[in-house]
Amino acid sequence: MIYFQLFYEFFKTGLFVFGGGLATIPFLQEISEKTGWFTIQQLMDMIAISEATPGPIGVNMATYVGYTVAGLTGGIVATLGLITPSIIIACIIARLLYKFKDSQYIDAAFYGLRPASLALICSAGLAVLRLSLFQEALWQDTGLLISLFNFKGICLALVIFALSNKFKNLHPVAFLAASAVIGMVFRF
Amino acid sequence: MKVYLQLFFTFTYIGAVSFGGGYSMLPMFQRELVSKKAWLSETEMIDYFSVSQCLPGIIAANAAVFVGYKQKKVFGGIIAAIGAVFPSLVIITIIAALLTNFAEIELVQNAFAGIRVCVSVLIINTVIRLWKQAIIDKSTLVLFSLVFLLSVLTSLPVAIMVAVAGTTGIAIQMLRKVMKAK
Repeated sequence: MIYFQLFYEFFKTGLFVFGGGLATIPFLQEISEKTGWFTIQQLMDMIAISEATPGPIGVNMATYVGYTVAGLTGGIVATLGLITPSIIIACIIARLLYKFKDSQYIDAAFYGLRPASLALICSAGLAVLRLSLFQEALWQDTGLLISLFNFKGICLALVIFALSNKFKNLHPVAFLAASAVIGMVFRF
Repeated sequence: MKVYLQLFFTFTYIGAVSFGGGYSMLPMFQRELVSKKAWLSETEMIDYFSVSQCLPGIIAANAAVFVGYKQKKVFGGIIAAIGAVFPSLVIITIIAALLTNFAEIELVQNAFAGIRVCVSVLIINTVIRLWKQAIIDKSTLVLFSLVFLLSVLTSLPVAIMVAVAGTTGIAIQMLRKVMKAK
């Protein structure tokens, strides 16, 4: 039964993947090799589409693979398989956290977790920023320092940063939509 | 019933406007769940993300479950997680059925290059905003700097860095207590 198998494979992925998103790729490669449901070339296309659509990348990949293997139902089954371990584990942990909410150990653990988390989020944001504002490959090719900077991207980043801090009530979606239009108009 | 519908649609909305998953959901969480709905405080939001990233599974799904659980226990967690993946199901199914060359369309590539710049600026904004909640003294500043350097310079697994930071937090607080007692 293909649906059970899909559910099982993605349940396993959801259970063992850490960090989500692109971390699911090695698991999908393994599924591809083991089952032959899709080729590595197809996987590459699926990654490109998952990155170029809204929603968590890992979830997009699960839906795409499921749909490719077994149509609409396949997409739903694979996606549910992927998030089922999250639902089980996160509910257990949430329950424990509420139960021991007043424990000084939990409090002390979060005292250390918060700055660490913030640092990880910051470095993830900066990594994307670096990729979109600096063309390191182009710089290596041409040897010209000026080709390192993606001036269009840098201007956009500065404008968004200034506007979003001046007009704090503007919804983040407004900035996303404007950036998409600017990207298309100015050929980013 | 109303709460379940609200949970579902709020997470459907967040899922539909988050590009890249995981951390890119943070600005949306901040706006929709903290500022608008007041379902969480900023501190709770950081706490949920901290735990979500060291549990197995997709960070976005884990964080959704935590928020749903706070509202309506297990069933709330399930509804929130399904809400968060619903847009992916719809959008990806349509693209897989009709537009398999979607990612190669030049306009799409241009639009997403713009969106990526925006998402990263929004994430940095959120970090600045959460700074006061997380960095409250010298020890937390040192922890932030250490983890930041480690994550930029090495490829250490996130779960390990987070686990060590949590343990360090406990150690620092216990040490303080002992010093105080003396």
